[in-house]
Amino acid sequence: MKAPSFAYTKPQSLPEVFDLLERHGAGARVLAGGQSLLASLNLRLSAPEILIDIAGLPGMSGLRVEGPLLRIGALATHREIEQSPDVARHLPLLAQAVPHIAHVAIRNVGTFGGSVALADPAAEHPACALALGANFVIAGRRGERRVAAGDFFRGLYQTALEPGELLVAGEFPVLSPGYRSAFAELARRQGDYAIVGLAAHGRVDGGRYGDVRLAFLGAGDRPLLARKAMAALEGKPFGSASIESAQAALGDDLDPPADLTTSREAKLHLARVLTGRALRALAA
Amino acid sequence: MEHLIETTLTLNGAQVTRRIPARQHLVDFLREEMGLTGAHLGCEHGVCGACTLRLDGKIVRGCLTLAVQANGRRVDTIEGLSDSGELALLQKAFHERNALQCGFCTPGMLLAAQDLMHSKRHPSREEIREHLSGNLCRCTGYQAIVDAVQTALVARQGASR
Repeated sequence: MKAPSFAYTKPQSLPEVFDLLERHGAGARVLAGGQSLLASLNLRLSAPEILIDIAGLPGMSGLRVEGPLLRIGALATHREIEQSPDVARHLPLLAQAVPHIAHVAIRNVGTFGGSVALADPAAEHPACALALGANFVIAGRRGERRVAAGDFFRGLYQTALEPGELLVAGEFPVLSPGYRSAFAELARRQGDYAIVGLAAHGRVDGGRYGDVRLAFLGAGDRPLLARKAMAALEGKPFGSASIESAQAALGDDLDPPADLTTSREAKLHLARVLTGRALRALAA
Repeated sequence: MEHLIETTLTLNGAQVTRRIPARQHLVDFLREEMGLTGAHLGCEHGVCGACTLRLDGKIVRGCLTLAVQANGRRVDTIEGLSDSGELALLQKAFHERNALQCGFCTPGMLLAAQDLMHSKRHPSREEIREHLSGNLCRCTGYQAIVDAVQTALVARQGASR
């Protein structure tokens, strides 16, 4: 279908963006890469009065290491993240996850910030940010604030962003010595949205699991930490017994909603399969 | 009411300025305003890849790009890339390997395949499939398409010797 009619503007600065957001309120939608927004407009699932195109705004693009943090600008594309030597070195979880996002032609345009701000529960970046304990940098008229990934995702497409605010970056702690990451995802076809996926990160020195974080995508209304399974792994030696105890605990952590093709039970089973794969990869 | 935005882009090497409705995506602009019908509209929500274009040298979904977003940027289409000869190796290989039936997906397939030829010297069959995974062929001609890309890669290797 064709998108409904809307106005379009391309501000040159953040203060201009805040003016526009204030003036148009709920009638405005922010356009970054547009790879989800334009699809939803073409399907007429959304009917904004005006699109505010933030492409090219200063201070929101690219990636850079800042001391113990890797800062990913909201306008950094999935492809930039995929091809960044800094990400490969400091955030191997993201380097593993990004190839699962759609296809090259979409990764060339779709942005980190767009994915995070949309907060699709089956998206990769939100789960990775949760697993890695990232913070999001949010700008508003009164300045910047930071929100931890664990507090940012509030529900289905719901985030901590207030009206008038804009996500400008993510800040990820760089990989610490002794830690490792593993990303696993199941989809019906390459590039489809995940049926279920898992971003795993933890300490793996000395043959034991420590400080493991298991963040699931596609398993609820937002990315979810499997806290019982994480606790079951603490200090446990590598091997099947530890993995099985984590897999058993997942039943208390996850209550995944069925979708058109996959039942709750099947999703929980697949979450356990992915847990086994990711924990073996962490220990490898 | 249509919101018209003055937009200037470089289309297949030539500068073009038009007043474009904000809601018009790049493929409709090309097809209806510029008479370039090589980029096709299949699903119109980013799934099928028949609308693949090149924006500033990178492949994109034409249906998920507003024409006004191309302001100040370079757009290359199957028409321009055919005329320039850039796709000649791939086009010859598609012909030889019968890598198309109805042809609807072919312009998008060629642009995605050429993108792979640019980015990888010796991609495996698996890597070819992955790179083309965003382009659907409803005639189910995938095997022949992958064969054709491999043929083009071999031909390129022979030519560079």
